[in-house]
Amino acid sequence: MKKLKGSYLICFILLLVLCGCATSGNKAFQTNESQVALRSMQTRAFDSTDKKLMMQTVISTLQDLDFVVEKADLILGSVTGAKYLGNAVVAMTVTVRPRGEKQLLVRTNAQIGITSVEDPETYQDFFTALGKSLFLTAHNVD
Amino acid sequence: MKKMLKFVVILMICVFANGCATAPKGFLKLPDNYLEKRQLEMRIYDTKDENKIISAVAGVLQDLSFTLDESETELGLVGASKKADASNAGQKTLAFLADIASAMSGTSSNNLGNCDDVQLVKAAVITKPTLKKNKTAVRVTFQRVVWNVNKQISKVETLNDPEIYKKFFDSLSKAIFLEANEI
Repeated sequence: MKKLKGSYLICFILLLVLCGCATSGNKAFQTNESQVALRSMQTRAFDSTDKKLMMQTVISTLQDLDFVVEKADLILGSVTGAKYLGNAVVAMTVTVRPRGEKQLLVRTNAQIGITSVEDPETYQDFFTALGKSLFLTAHNVD
Repeated sequence: MKKMLKFVVILMICVFANGCATAPKGFLKLPDNYLEKRQLEMRIYDTKDENKIISAVAGVLQDLSFTLDESETELGLVGASKKADASNAGQKTLAFLADIASAMSGTSSNNLGNCDDVQLVKAAVITKPTLKKNKTAVRVTFQRVVWNVNKQISKVETLNDPEIYKKFFDSLSKAIFLEANEI
């Protein structure tokens, strides 16, 4: 009987210890897609070297899509904006950086509420809209 | 037994459907009316001096008692926000009457708590040279978040009322004139 009680106690303590180990911090770093897959759906290359013009076009595209631009930085090449979708907030960051001598890389990532967008079609929609404003073709990046 | 099985199947479907809940699609598609929206939100000013325009923009935002949150003059961006009253006397009266009615019928309700109370309006103004580089285009977008009396968010939306945009650009034209004449 004593033995049984002892093992209950050990089980109980083990359970407590295990519970203590589970933190929600690492949840914030989980993604469903691989790093490579994410990059390829979020990134396109454009045949242009005018970073400023590209960023201004990104901003007007975001405005066309109903976003309010919250932050922008020419040196970093980043633009951040938000829009409302029903009761959820869509947050989006777009970065522009040079790729070699003749191209610019545009990368974007979006989040709805607490969900990261990992759907290629959604990003394709954005690049289609951006391409329309730029009169340039978006190239897939490997 | 069969009933039980049916129940389990339905339960399983519910669980699976739950697991499949994904983000909505198509929210980054260009809306059909985007050119109309540009017309509403954009004006072109007959000057190449972008700095003059952007400082006039900051002035107008201050005139409308916004505080500036962010600016990147190289790209022509000014971001600003403002808290304001969102309460509506009509809405409050109706809610008050509804509360009294439900109290009289013996049930409790809190319609008054669901009335709009405070709103945060966010604005982003972008200036950039037009394609021919001889004029400056200014585009502004407004959003707002509304909280109810219980401090819960009751509404989030992009403002599409032409009056608001007209008022902003009227003030901007005036400010450009005032600053040109150093008033």
